[in-house]
Amino acid sequence: MSDIPILAAEDVTKHFESRDGVGRHVTVRAVENVTLRLHRGRIAALVGESGSGKTTLARLLAQFYPVTSGRILLRGEPVTGPDRRFAGEVQLVFQDPFASLNSLRRVEHNLRRALKLHAHPAGDEHVRELLGKVNLTPEAEFARKLPHELSGGQRQRVAIARALAVRPSVLLGDEPISMLDVSIRLDVLNLLARLRDEEGLALLYITHDIASARYLSDDVFVMYAGQMVEGGPAESVIQEPKHPYTRLLVDSSPDPERAAGSSAFTAAEKLGEPPSLVDPPPGCRFHPRCPFARDECRTEFPPRTEFPDGGWTNCWLHVTRPEDTPTP
Amino acid sequence: MILDVKGLDVDYVSAKGAVRAVNDVSFQLRRGEILGVAGESGCGKSTLIMAIMRLLRPPAALTGGEVWLHPRDGEPVDLAARTDRELRTLRWRRIAVVLQSAMDALNPVARLSAQFADVLKAHGYRDAGKRTAELLEMVGISPDRARSYPHEMSGGMRQRAMIALALACDPELVVMDEPTTAVDVVMQRQILSQILQLRDRLGFSVVFVTHDLSLLVELADRIAVMYAGRIVEIGEAAGIYADPKHPYTKGLRDSFPPLRAPVTKLSGIPGTPPALRDLPPGCAFEPRCARRFGDCAERRPELLPVGGGLAACHLHDRERAHV
Ligand SMILES: Nc1ncnc2c1ncn2[C@@H]1O[C@H](COP(=O)(O)OP(=O)(O)O)[C@@H](O)[C@H]1O
Ligand SMILES: Nc1ncnc2c1ncn2[C@@H]1O[C@H](COP(=O)(O)OP(=O)(O)O)[C@@H](O)[C@H]1O
Ligand code: SF4
Ligand SMILES: [Mg+2]
Ligand SMILES: [Mg+2]
Repeated sequence: MSDIPILAAEDVTKHFESRDGVGRHVTVRAVENVTLRLHRGRIAALVGESGSGKTTLARLLAQFYPVTSGRILLRGEPVTGPDRRFAGEVQLVFQDPFASLNSLRRVEHNLRRALKLHAHPAGDEHVRELLGKVNLTPEAEFARKLPHELSGGQRQRVAIARALAVRPSVLLGDEPISMLDVSIRLDVLNLLARLRDEEGLALLYITHDIASARYLSDDVFVMYAGQMVEGGPAESVIQEPKHPYTRLLVDSSPDPERAAGSSAFTAAEKLGEPPSLVDPPPGCRFHPRCPFARDECRTEFPPRTEFPDGGWTNCWLHVTRPEDTPTP
Repeated sequence: MILDVKGLDVDYVSAKGAVRAVNDVSFQLRRGEILGVAGESGCGKSTLIMAIMRLLRPPAALTGGEVWLHPRDGEPVDLAARTDRELRTLRWRRIAVVLQSAMDALNPVARLSAQFADVLKAHGYRDAGKRTAELLEMVGISPDRARSYPHEMSGGMRQRAMIALALACDPELVVMDEPTTAVDVVMQRQILSQILQLRDRLGFSVVFVTHDLSLLVELADRIAVMYAGRIVEIGEAAGIYADPKHPYTKGLRDSFPPLRAPVTKLSGIPGTPPALRDLPPGCAFEPRCARRFGDCAERRPELLPVGGGLAACHLHDRERAHV
């Protein structure tokens, strides 16, 4: 993974100016000092509770809106705005497939339009090729359908085909399967895996379904209250979480194989909720909910600790200070 | 036993004719038991819940069957045969419901305390304030939140408040329709562990509907799997997961990637559920079933005993013939 990331967010921050319940001006610190790098032929999963800043980060990566600070880099070059070239490389797939489709027009029209917009040949055979890539066969039949004539899973595959029409090198999926029936979710996940393996796409997969993140991704990144708190190889992050919040997420996930009472958290029924991003707690933002919190957690954001397997976390539990190390 | 549902049918009636969304559904619920109901969207889960609660509104109509409630004290009542007025004396006190959109069902311009007081006063509770505090505490909400308006609470807190409200009059049966679908995993875990603890403490029974079979294995005592309006398998939760008897149940189970076990390539269930308007004459799952054989397409399998539970699949015809 020493190659240059195709798309990267380097130390990005996004603040929204907003109003609170009684109309007072507030700053929502949606994403703060986050770094995320996407590589060719790899899938990175981004997990975290709702409100943790996942969608905001994906939209910063897609140049939906400008960063407050930090940089977005495409192949190592700073990006200045959402121009045609950028859109030709980076595509977003939404939770709701209708969001990217013209629902009054047939599938073929939707795909042809995306092809033309990026000056790619837009003949019937090109439309059919796209539909074949997302397993919508017989292609000619699906080409003639209107979006509402399709099942949810088929519609999401059309939305993915539409994104592929521009021949991107990066696909950002914001909870792309959460609205689909369980029986067809795997279908879409397997399709994303194939696009990684066969087309070498770099993928971001946003979800709060930890098991699906493990199934699909090479790396997992965990956000909490606008900050990135852990990252690393999927298997190590999910099987041996380093950050207590990651552990909470994993322990909270449904697991039919789980032995009753085997979690550090199930005993505690008041696990609280994520903090306000207008006025987040000092120190580690997880400290009010963390069963392991110590003094330094309440005052200072923990530095990053790196592990031999490539994983890392920001948590005081893993920080060995020089004064803790006995001098030989 | 608290609930005995017998041959329940629900139709959606339109100009094009009637569509049967709940088809000959029968099951029993033991006192204090949690029965999970799982299945893909459109299989009839919400319709079943609304029918049991007698909350169906046109175009839905209950066209057949019985819903026997066996109260702690007193005679069994067939909810399906009662008038709306008679039902009013049973709702809240005997049976209560938490609906799918419960989170948004709270009145936006009334404080939580007022909404609890409405229900409590109507059922003869004199000290509504004290009872409200007690109820909120049961679901892990600080009693001083009673003064909050719904918009001042998170989605998870509103959902827990709705569960507390359902428990207001100490019901014997609580039916819940996807109560955790709109909240994230951490809140879901909190809600599920609260339901389990409260069931243990208060002894109510639960029918819990969800599309997420993986969650039911940890929560429910027994699980019923619905497909195209019918129960196709029902049995002990652990057995349903470890050794599903119906190919659809197996397909659903294998649609969830594991959290711990080694990752292998999974494929879900091919195809989509049939249109209720023209169901195949045989097994409704036949067009998607990898194990179909013989006359599965012509002859509809009955829900019959196999292993410790019931399954509607011809694969078990032979072993049954030998018993
Ligand atoms: N346009 C906006 N204006 C104000 N606040 C916003 C806006 N977009 C998102 N937020 C806030 O930013 C935070 C992160 O939201 P989001 O990125 O959507 O989280 P997630 O996708 O993890 O659920 C939330 O508190 C949300 O309310
Ligand atoms: N208002 C309605 N009018 C006509 N048909 C309906 C209506 N609501 C639901 N249905 C039908 O009833 C079936 C079951 O719906 P529902 O009980 O909501 O399923 P579930 O809760 O399992 O997703 C659906 O497949 C649909 O065809
Ligand atoms: S009856 Fe036949 S088609 Fe239906 S589930 Fe069983 S094997 Fe499959
Ligand atoms: Mg989001
Ligand atoms: Mg429903």
